[in-house]
Amino acid sequence: MQPKPVLLVYLDGFTTVLFVLAVGMVFFYAPTEAVMGNVQRVFYFHVASGWVGMLSFMAAAISGIIYLRSGKRGWDLAGLSAVEIGIVFIFINIATGAIWARPIWNTWWTWDPRLTTATIMELIYAAYLMLRQGIEDPDRRARFGAVYAILGFVSVPLTFFSARLFRTIHPIVIGTNQPGAAGDFDMTPRMAQTFMFSLLAFTFIFIDLLWHRIRLGRLEEKVEQLKLKMMV
Amino acid sequence: MHDASGHKGISNIPAGSEWKNSARRYLRALWAIIWKDLAAELRSRELLSAMLVFALLVIFIFNFALELEYKTRLSVTAGVLWVTFSFAGTLGLTRSMAMEKDRGCLDGLLLAPVDRSAIYFGKSLGNLSFMLTVEAIVLPVYSLIYNINLFHPGLLLVIFLGSVGYVAVGTLLSTMAVQTRTRDVLLPILLFPLVIPVLIAAVKSSAGFLQNIEWVEILPWLNLLVVYDVIFIAIAFMLFDYVVEE
Repeated sequence: MQPKPVLLVYLDGFTTVLFVLAVGMVFFYAPTEAVMGNVQRVFYFHVASGWVGMLSFMAAAISGIIYLRSGKRGWDLAGLSAVEIGIVFIFINIATGAIWARPIWNTWWTWDPRLTTATIMELIYAAYLMLRQGIEDPDRRARFGAVYAILGFVSVPLTFFSARLFRTIHPIVIGTNQPGAAGDFDMTPRMAQTFMFSLLAFTFIFIDLLWHRIRLGRLEEKVEQLKLKMMV
Repeated sequence: MHDASGHKGISNIPAGSEWKNSARRYLRALWAIIWKDLAAELRSRELLSAMLVFALLVIFIFNFALELEYKTRLSVTAGVLWVTFSFAGTLGLTRSMAMEKDRGCLDGLLLAPVDRSAIYFGKSLGNLSFMLTVEAIVLPVYSLIYNINLFHPGLLLVIFLGSVGYVAVGTLLSTMAVQTRTRDVLLPILLFPLVIPVLIAAVKSSAGFLQNIEWVEILPWLNLLVVYDVIFIAIAFMLFDYVVEE
């Protein structure tokens, strides 16, 4: 058994500290929003997990491109790991969004472009996993996975724009807002600090999880090889 | 000065004719692949008849599911048409690629001394022609049974652009899907989330033309369709090599 790399041990500890601090800031440092109340605190982790999701899918597409060019198996593993992490975090994003939307928009779900895009993105990467499951030959599985990760990532912005041509009610907290967005608010400096810190913490969680998942994949391969050796 | 330009001229002529030759060869290969599909279809009529009967069945199911009386018809026709086309389209895409896979025809195609992209464009154009044929029959039938005039040049343009985008992605994905264990089930799952922009834009602009909405309001949807077509044809062209590699 390979020992855990020292750097990864430090990264684990650092990420845990960051996350605990972020939770603390969300609950105790950030002020309560005047109109929406405590439910607004969902916002910090809601946006942060959406950010991690997008980061993962971008990482998967880039790994796909590099895999197709180089043919190195490690990039396939990186792509698969990123997709798995992305699916989890986009799910957190959708779930926290629904929790916020119930009191603010008075509905769990609405056909807003961001909600629609996030869910279609989730479906695309669910299809990615199903595609991989249906292929036995590891080489082909890696190639098809890479191709689909690239196609998926290109179609996501188009889905967003096509859905956006309908009018949106989702608040745009960063940047200019459209008239008609419900549940909008201006961030106070403390809110902005909490928000940026959550983004930072979640980015470290992403890197840490990605590393762990790639390492797990490597160990899995090694176990397979050892099993084959035992059978001979 | 004279020397340089003269030299340039000489080296240009063979290069130009070489390019022309290879372009002609490429087009001939492309046509051969399209013709192969069309000839096989003309003899068996398996694919077109299946797609067509299926499309008409979908329209009939919609009729009972939505109770398409005059008022609802005006607003949902675009949606009904596009759901019909995309369902019938998957049927055609799966079948046309499965035929290649069944008796090792795909391997034969890959062994042929032609550029791989010619195979992709050949199959795509073949699939596009099937889809357009089905649409060309469904449209008058729909107009007839529902007493709506669908022969609006704008609508025909939208149907063409939408089908191009659908087939561009669909051909690439069906080539992948037939090489998996769960081939028939997989194609719609892979294809539908990726073609959602096409479907949204196509439904919106079709509805726009049917309800005589101003051109300025339809234009962004048409732009989106064209952008999607261009992007996905380019990407599929670049990725097809990796999908058929052995």
